[in-house]
Amino acid sequence: MSLFTLGLARGLFGQVLGMVVGMLLTCGVRILLGWEAWAAEPAWTVGSVCSIIGFLLAVGALDDWLQWTKGVATPIHHGPPVDKPAWTRYFSVDYNHKVIGVQYTVWGILLLMVGGTVAMIFRTELARSGLQFLGLDLYNSFIGMHGMIMIFAILLGVGGMANYLVPLMIGAEDMAFPRLNALGFWFNVPGSVLLLVSIFIGGWDAGWTAYPPLSARGPIGYQLFFLGVFAIGLSSIVGSLNLLVTLLRMRPAGMSLFRMPIFCWAVFATSLIQLTATQLIGTSFLMVSVQRALGMGFFDPRGILGEVSPMVGGGDPVLFQHLFWFYSHPAVYIFVLPGLGIVSELLPVFSRKPLFGYKWIALSSMAIAIVGFIVWGHHMFVSGYNDILRIPFMYATLLVAIPTGVKFFSWLGTMWGGKIHFDTPMLFVLGAISVFLIGGLTGPILATVPTDLPLHDSYFVVGHFHATMFGGFVFPFFAALYYWFPKVTGRMYNETLGKIHFYIMTPAFWVQTLGQMGVGVMGMRRRIADYDPTLGQGQIENWQLAVTIAGFAIAFGVMLMLWNFFQNAEVGVAAGDNPWRSRSPEWQIPSPIPEHSFPAPLHVVGEPYDYGLADSGYVTTASPGDD
Amino acid sequence: MTVTAVEHGHEPGHAADDHHDSGETDLPTYLENTRRNRLGMWLFFASEAFLFLGLLVTRFYLWRGPHGEIVRPELDQFAGLVVTAVLLLSSYFMNRAEVSIANGKRTDFQISLLLTAFLGTAFLIGVVVWEWGMFPSLVKGHLKPTDGVFGAVVFGMTGMHALHVLSGVILILNVWWLGRKGHFSAERHWGVEACAIYWHYVDLVWIFFYPAIYLIGSTIDIPH
Repeated sequence: MSLFTLGLARGLFGQVLGMVVGMLLTCGVRILLGWEAWAAEPAWTVGSVCSIIGFLLAVGALDDWLQWTKGVATPIHHGPPVDKPAWTRYFSVDYNHKVIGVQYTVWGILLLMVGGTVAMIFRTELARSGLQFLGLDLYNSFIGMHGMIMIFAILLGVGGMANYLVPLMIGAEDMAFPRLNALGFWFNVPGSVLLLVSIFIGGWDAGWTAYPPLSARGPIGYQLFFLGVFAIGLSSIVGSLNLLVTLLRMRPAGMSLFRMPIFCWAVFATSLIQLTATQLIGTSFLMVSVQRALGMGFFDPRGILGEVSPMVGGGDPVLFQHLFWFYSHPAVYIFVLPGLGIVSELLPVFSRKPLFGYKWIALSSMAIAIVGFIVWGHHMFVSGYNDILRIPFMYATLLVAIPTGVKFFSWLGTMWGGKIHFDTPMLFVLGAISVFLIGGLTGPILATVPTDLPLHDSYFVVGHFHATMFGGFVFPFFAALYYWFPKVTGRMYNETLGKIHFYIMTPAFWVQTLGQMGVGVMGMRRRIADYDPTLGQGQIENWQLAVTIAGFAIAFGVMLMLWNFFQNAEVGVAAGDNPWRSRSPEWQIPSPIPEHSFPAPLHVVGEPYDYGLADSGYVTTASPGDD
Repeated sequence: MTVTAVEHGHEPGHAADDHHDSGETDLPTYLENTRRNRLGMWLFFASEAFLFLGLLVTRFYLWRGPHGEIVRPELDQFAGLVVTAVLLLSSYFMNRAEVSIANGKRTDFQISLLLTAFLGTAFLIGVVVWEWGMFPSLVKGHLKPTDGVFGAVVFGMTGMHALHVLSGVILILNVWWLGRKGHFSAERHWGVEACAIYWHYVDLVWIFFYPAIYLIGSTIDIPH
């Protein structure tokens, strides 16, 4: 078996080849036009586009479609590859949603580790004032990298959970479009490779938001960054399209929308945002990219009339912020809605009680998704746009607190009077609620114009943001990993190690987020490598050190979790089919799940969350008339 | 509940695999798959709408005169009118192709597809040669991409639209070629339908882009 048996290795080789071909193509065209053959920026830009195509061709994600253009039918091959070891399917194009879900999750965790490592590096730098070992440019590239890699990681984590769970929860054999599903995953690999490579050709030192004019004049790394984000964005769009069609057309008999497992509602709302808003980050980044490559002055304020009327015909960097935040604010709801869906999904299982207010939770996800489209301007209170716009954006933003509050109270209602089992997944759910509460309560402070103005661009924002991301994604994601680990592997993780992970990570995160907010109030700015040690009556260094130590503690906790999973995936105690006594369809079939999941179409015979109600079921594979 | 892995074969609801017109699946499965494909296609259009809306917003945000009024650069009105007419006409033949295959008239189907592709190509040539002035020896263009926001938006909008027209022409030619080899039938022609609604969608986008670029606002002189 050679290395190229693995699609991943073939793909990466194809990516390098594509890059070289793209660069040669650029040189060739320039020679034909009579220009100097080599110019770094166009060569890297065209090379990056070709490298993504090269990867997809080499990995084989486009094979079937290329056959279809020739009129050749390509039935889907089910099961592991015939002439290769079974494990290789995880490293190659495979159309089974369970394999793709694992691919998404593992690639997401890998990026989580890269992004975390980068954070550890600059957190170490920040533990003391003054510059120790990072230069200013590298520091800026690193914080931008931490931001964008973590966003990739979260999108991959969301994709992993959604792809693995949604078909199982609605009793479908697979997603509606299995080939598109695989393509959606494989877009992420060349995208993240471009992002990581860009650090070696100058990085992108204006941060992950890539505001022009800085990004329009920054290093070439920005072109790779834009195209990397483009690839991930394509993955988001085709992935969400697939999930929406699956949810709308493949539910079994009797599963009305309000009888789906609640996680499906969260995915539905998330997919609506991903499908539409993602286009706008692509558009805005493409505009900066062509401004750099072709001199198209979308965001270049220099006008065309010279001294007569200097502004006419000039671009406007504020337009970029509008387009960018039109995606990037709803993006945080893409991150948190599935996480909050996991919280709602797990609470009834571990409280042994029905989910309190099912319809309200389902509709609150939709409400957050819809309101999320009209709040982007709260990122721009100090951008210099028309002052009048501040008011509607402020009220719209505060409106988000209502559906979020609905979720909180229904979680409390679910736990109230329940027989709560404090297993590791439940602990992480409770951790998620506590952390998301911190993020939620600091939200209105930043949404309100008078309090946002002094706090804007301070570490207070960083603290708030990390609380929402950890409470809305990281904690629920970890809960989901622990909860479905026995389903995916058929083995149980080590409960003690899981609990140690929780008890290290949760207090550490409280220290981190509150510490970040604290140094922010003392006057610490975002995206600056150094700070004045006399801030906060000379206490800021101690706070920064505490945040750094807390960050390392979180990293240690994550390592513990991965060690736990790694140890037990093959040799752990057999978990049984339904260790959590869940009613959800995926727990009614063997672990690990067979190739085709369900032996026969499902029939819904009851409500999804009637825990504690004797003789009630949710789904059955037998037809109602059987026996 | 005991379960064993079962090979499902092709019963409806499990054969989510066949998004092509191979004629291998039974008709109920084919129809269910086509319903899924159709929904997917319309969701794709919803997604793309945000891209084109973003470009329209950019145009109205950036094309402002000295007093904030809506302006536009002076472009070749005749060129704009001709390419628009050509594109609208092509949609008629695309529709004719789809109706023909639905009625089993293969010759009409093939001819209409070729005409659509021809008109689509004519539109592309009109934009690239006539309006962009890519070949100054043939026609001298009116704007360069570097002419402030006017050049940027004209080339951005027409460029993004032209990319879609180009992909549409390639799709149409592919469908034509497959049709010549005997693919598609009156009952099974999702490939033709997908191609047709995509073409109409690209057409529809131009119906919004044409007035935004050529008609709305007072003209402003651009010095060269």
